Amino acid sequence: MLKVENLSVAYGAIEAVKNISFEINDHEIVALIGANGAGKTTTLHAVSGIVPIKSGSIFFDDLEISKIASEKIVSRGLVQVPEGRRIFHNSTVEENLILGAYLRKDKDGIAKDMEYVYSLFPRLLERKKQLGGTLSGGEQQMLAMARALMSKPKIMLLDEPSMGLSPLLVKEIFDIIKDINSKGVTILLVEQNAKMALGIANRAYVIETGKIVMSGTGEQLLNSEDIKKAYLGG
Amino acid sequence: MLFLTYLINGISLGSVYAIIALGYTMVYGIAKMLNFAHGDVIMIGAYIIFFMIYKFNLPILLSIIISILICLLLGIIIERLAYKPLRKASSLSVLITAIGVSYLLQNLAQLFWTSSNKIFPNIISNGSFSFGSISISYLTIITILVCLLIMLVLTLFVNKTKIGMAMRAVSEDKDAARLMGINVDRTISITFAIGSGLAAIASALFCAAYPAVYPTLGSMPGIKAFTAAVFGGIGSIPGALVGGIMLGIIETLSKAYISTQLSDAIVFAILIIVLLIKPTGLLGRKVNEKV
Repeated sequence: MLKVENLSVAYGAIEAVKNISFEINDHEIVALIGANGAGKTTTLHAVSGIVPIKSGSIFFDDLEISKIASEKIVSRGLVQVPEGRRIFHNSTVEENLILGAYLRKDKDGIAKDMEYVYSLFPRLLERKKQLGGTLSGGEQQMLAMARALMSKPKIMLLDEPSMGLSPLLVKEIFDIIKDINSKGVTILLVEQNAKMALGIANRAYVIETGKIVMSGTGEQLLNSEDIKKAYLGG
Repeated sequence: MLFLTYLINGISLGSVYAIIALGYTMVYGIAKMLNFAHGDVIMIGAYIIFFMIYKFNLPILLSIIISILICLLLGIIIERLAYKPLRKASSLSVLITAIGVSYLLQNLAQLFWTSSNKIFPNIISNGSFSFGSISISYLTIITILVCLLIMLVLTLFVNKTKIGMAMRAVSEDKDAARLMGINVDRTISITFAIGSGLAAIASALFCAAYPAVYPTLGSMPGIKAFTAAVFGGIGSIPGALVGGIMLGIIETLSKAYISTQLSDAIVFAILIIVLLIKPTGLLGRKVNEKV
């Protein structure tokens, strides 16, 4: 579904992502784990088309997308839930969801998906008319995911969904990610919380200072000594 | 009852400032830039109405509509050619460019249409309503009504339509808006178009009150409306209305009761005081910078 080949991204002279390659098959959950500043977010932004790439190529459903506009990428079914949620604070919950479906024209489909995301996150329904900025961190994460689902994605890129949330909420969010995946949405999950991410991922890649240093199934990496030492606290 | 007449005239003048201030405030809200060429779009709008009526003998309303359409297009072209290439440049470069565009428009007007005054046609009949001892001209009433109508339509547009929601989203977080599939460049273009179209409406109302058309016509109302936008809280649509009307009232009352020469000084002195007390303007919101 998504294939990244020899991707490099630079901010001025600083190369944040160096020649990385990875791929995600239909219906998989793939995790990209690594420390702060390893290049995970930059990779996602390059895939979504909001930072220009230096070299390499990105294929989505066999179509090269590294040169096309970000809105075209969204309309093809690739959506990102950005780091820090980035919901629209001065818009209501409902307006945020409408914006998530910005490129869609099928009114009936949008209404149906609105119901679906409210059933997935009942708390958002209670807060429908509230401004996004008044929600708690966990609710904002739910809104960010619901907003992304409104675009009817084939693949969803999640950037640090666990950031700043209590362990209980993290579990809830990860359960919902699994649920979304089981409904047919492919997931690329970027996380610092390696344990949680590897727990639900079919496969994972480990990224360090802009390079992929290891890959394998979630289970393999969970049991790897190097990973335990570096990311799982011994 | 003279006071009431002054007050209503002040609201009317302020309505024109408010309509112009909308252009500043919306563009600032979405592109985070001060478009100092906005006042000169008013000037172009006034010339177009003048030529449509005198050269082409078109009816008044049609002339105004043509002027709106041309200014709308002008706004899009200015943004596309002058500001879009600077999207990632420092705000100082954009500011200097805006001042450059302002002079460019003024000088082009001087080149094509000379610097001598042209007398603006009488587009609204001279009559007036009388309520007891107060008499209010049609122009005053129409100006206030047009301003209220624009505010109403614009508020509905920004809050209820998908493009309006996208405009708010872009003004808050451009990258997040992109990730939702919103075309940020097109949204900015639309904002410039709306602001410039409103400038054309303002030019009709302003020149109906002060019927002289000349190349630097837009400077003073432009600066005043910019002041009104800051006064009300730049980026806020209701702020533009409140700021514009306050400014109009203060200016008219100072002219009537204190001094004609000092009125502008009084207006700006009050602006300074307001900003000292509330730096975000009357209705402005404090924006928390993300770290």
